[in-house]
Amino acid sequence: MKLKLPNPGLDDRIPSHEDLERMEKEETEGSDRPKWDNKAQYLLTCVGFCVGLGNVWRFPYLCQSHGGGAFMIPFLILLVLEGIPLLHLEFAIGQRLRKGSVGVWRSINPHLTGIGVASLLVSLLVGMYYNTIMAWIMWYLFNSFQNPLPWSQCPLNANRTGVVEECARSSTVDYFWYRETLNTSTAIDESGGLQWWIVLSLVAAWSLLYVCCIRGIETSGKAVYVTSTLPYLVLTIFLIRGLTLKGSFEGIKFLFTPDVNELMNPATWLDAGAQVFYSFSLAFGGLISFSSYNSVHNNCEQDAVLISLINGCTSVYAATVIYSIIGFRAMQNFDDCIGDNVLQLLNTFNYPEDSITGSNYEEVLTHLNQTQPLVIAGLPLQTCDMQVFLSQGVEGTGLAFIVFTEAIIKMPISPLWAVLFFVMLFCLGLSTMFGNIEGVVVPLQDLGVLPRSWPKEVFCGLTCLGSLLLGLIFAQRSGNYWLALFDSFAGSIPLLVIGLCEMVSVVYIYGIDRFNKDIEFMIGHKPNIFWQVTWRFISPLIMVVILVFYVVTQVTQSPTYLVWDEAAESFPTLEARSFPSWIYTIIFILAGIPCLSIPGVALYKFIQRKCCKQEDYSDKTVDSISATVAMSEKIKF
Amino acid sequence: MLEKTFFLLCLSSALGNELCTPDASDGYKVRLSINTALGDEAYPWNANEMFLFRASLAFAMRNHIAGQIFEVSNIVVCDETPRVSFWFVVTSPLNPSELVNKGNVEEAVRKSRNRINSAFLLSDNTLEFVGIPAILAAPVNPDTPPWLIVFGVVMGLVFAGIIAVLVLSVVQKKRKKSGKMDDEDTEVEIRPKAMENGDGVYNLSFTDDEPITQM
Repeated sequence: MKLKLPNPGLDDRIPSHEDLERMEKEETEGSDRPKWDNKAQYLLTCVGFCVGLGNVWRFPYLCQSHGGGAFMIPFLILLVLEGIPLLHLEFAIGQRLRKGSVGVWRSINPHLTGIGVASLLVSLLVGMYYNTIMAWIMWYLFNSFQNPLPWSQCPLNANRTGVVEECARSSTVDYFWYRETLNTSTAIDESGGLQWWIVLSLVAAWSLLYVCCIRGIETSGKAVYVTSTLPYLVLTIFLIRGLTLKGSFEGIKFLFTPDVNELMNPATWLDAGAQVFYSFSLAFGGLISFSSYNSVHNNCEQDAVLISLINGCTSVYAATVIYSIIGFRAMQNFDDCIGDNVLQLLNTFNYPEDSITGSNYEEVLTHLNQTQPLVIAGLPLQTCDMQVFLSQGVEGTGLAFIVFTEAIIKMPISPLWAVLFFVMLFCLGLSTMFGNIEGVVVPLQDLGVLPRSWPKEVFCGLTCLGSLLLGLIFAQRSGNYWLALFDSFAGSIPLLVIGLCEMVSVVYIYGIDRFNKDIEFMIGHKPNIFWQVTWRFISPLIMVVILVFYVVTQVTQSPTYLVWDEAAESFPTLEARSFPSWIYTIIFILAGIPCLSIPGVALYKFIQRKCCKQEDYSDKTVDSISATVAMSEKIKF
Repeated sequence: MLEKTFFLLCLSSALGNELCTPDASDGYKVRLSINTALGDEAYPWNANEMFLFRASLAFAMRNHIAGQIFEVSNIVVCDETPRVSFWFVVTSPLNPSELVNKGNVEEAVRKSRNRINSAFLLSDNTLEFVGIPAILAAPVNPDTPPWLIVFGVVMGLVFAGIIAVLVLSVVQKKRKKSGKMDDEDTEVEIRPKAMENGDGVYNLSFTDDEPITQM
């Protein structure tokens, strides 16, 4: 099916193959456009952008909750059918048109500039809240340089007879996270003022990001040697440490035990598809930008497959490590629970100390239940279930700041493990932020909103400063709830819409034939039948399905958010509360404006063309002899 | 004489035994968890250990109530269990049939808690006085929170980095500019050299007037 929409003037807007060859030679002699020092830098940057916090704290949870080992099947299938084709598309189009996201879509057709603008907005919004998570990670990192760790103790109450009530009812790690870090309020509309320590952490996170991104890939390209490789080193250290701890194998078994029935559940496939899409950081515009700094004949097909495989393997590896530590924590909690019950029995019946242990606890309990049921009924014995401990709060910020920190305080030499863990999370997030900043700064430069003569340092500085100031929303007492809101709405539907538009634009507006010829020019052979089928039909279809289901789920559920409320009955479990009505405007701004900018800018360009009928001279050059024949100053007689 | 003292001792211990009962109003229950605390190095609980306990409690009472000389016999123990838990009451040295009031015993134990614990190599959790909560040690709060120190170090490094990069880029730009100026200077020098070599007349039509005429 060779559907191609009419696209006049395309050849004038994009460099031809001859132009590309000429530019390639000029660039090797040195020019202003940045380029990668070597292939490793490019691959590390892309891997760093793709591998982020989601690999560590979203994938393991999805894997475990959707049937363990069986989840690999939908994940791998969708990786191959959705992730790799989209990745190859973004790499190829960036390498061919040699511009950032706005430049690429403007070159294909000026009416499509909206896709670039949407990518810019989404990168900006996601960058704002992602760097807030980095600020929280930095806060925990700063606090890890002490022994004992601050989240291992509850503060004492006023008369020093016991601990603060909120801490006693929940746990030390919960208290440190919700009270001493976030100082969270009980509702999203209770703003509660800025928390100065979070503001300081935000300043630290944004200035560290600025120093790494200050000159674009010249500086961030050096930083990725550390930020992209360190996480793997730390994961390996944690794996070795984890496997020597008691309970780790229970955790890994829990993760990978397959439940084939989950494959029948459509939610499993949807979650797998969404995870693949978000995990690849597609539609942010950063990948297009990074790819445009490559040489023209770089093998983008190989890169796409390689990076996809690395991303997938990293997810599985990280899941193994995380669950070995979670298994250890669950085992510790289980032992503590049994130990408490044993102590109660010993104290009530005055048995000698070692008469009841973990192994004979059950028999003793049944025996006592028969002989003295009333006494047993009066005791506050807890039910200790390993499965419950293993499935507690293991995704998102809950995993990193509550579950994992609790596991760390139970290990010997806790500050070391805390520092390593938070440095790893920080590196994972920082390398993703490089891609985000690239996806904001380069389109800003291309759009020409600010004077082009301003150096890149200024653009980068303005972006970081602006995002810092806007991101102060997240430093309020209700900041956690705002972040969850941004995460659900700004980082979900707009990306799917942009990704779909990108695919449709390249295949049907740019033209799949032209695209195939471009790839043949760049890497030497035409893309095979797999790419043709996936680009034209399968990947867009998968994305439409995911988008439709996403929108339907969001619309049918009445949106609620989880609050930490001491007065709630379910405390310390989070309570669901519904949003106030003015939140819907915010949701519309977050999700709607990036999506609407695609048709909006198209309409604007259309009106501009029709009513003003101005032709754009900036891209055309005057054909004159002096331009074609280079007049050299060094004519020697 | 000897018989009298013997009779009195028996009487006092008999009285003491009557005074000490589980759930006595002026008594406290003590619970020891030696195996939990010491593991392999746990010592067995026997009459000698009990003697040490009574002696240390007498010491605590002496420290608290100045003037009164408490003896080991004033500490009466009963209801020992294999858990290692027992009840004790403290009789007054002035009147063996009178018990020292609960509040005083509690104060005495609180004051000398550390000494009693160390006599047995135990802690507040493993040598429990049921009903006397230990005063918890406040977590150490240094004057400058450690996180601020680390924050200061990191921010210092970051600002140094930013300034270094900005200065480097300004220096590089200046070098590029002066580099271009150098190229133009060398070109201007080429022409006069041709004149010095020979006795030729400088023919203006062959001069390279590109730099002068600007397109």
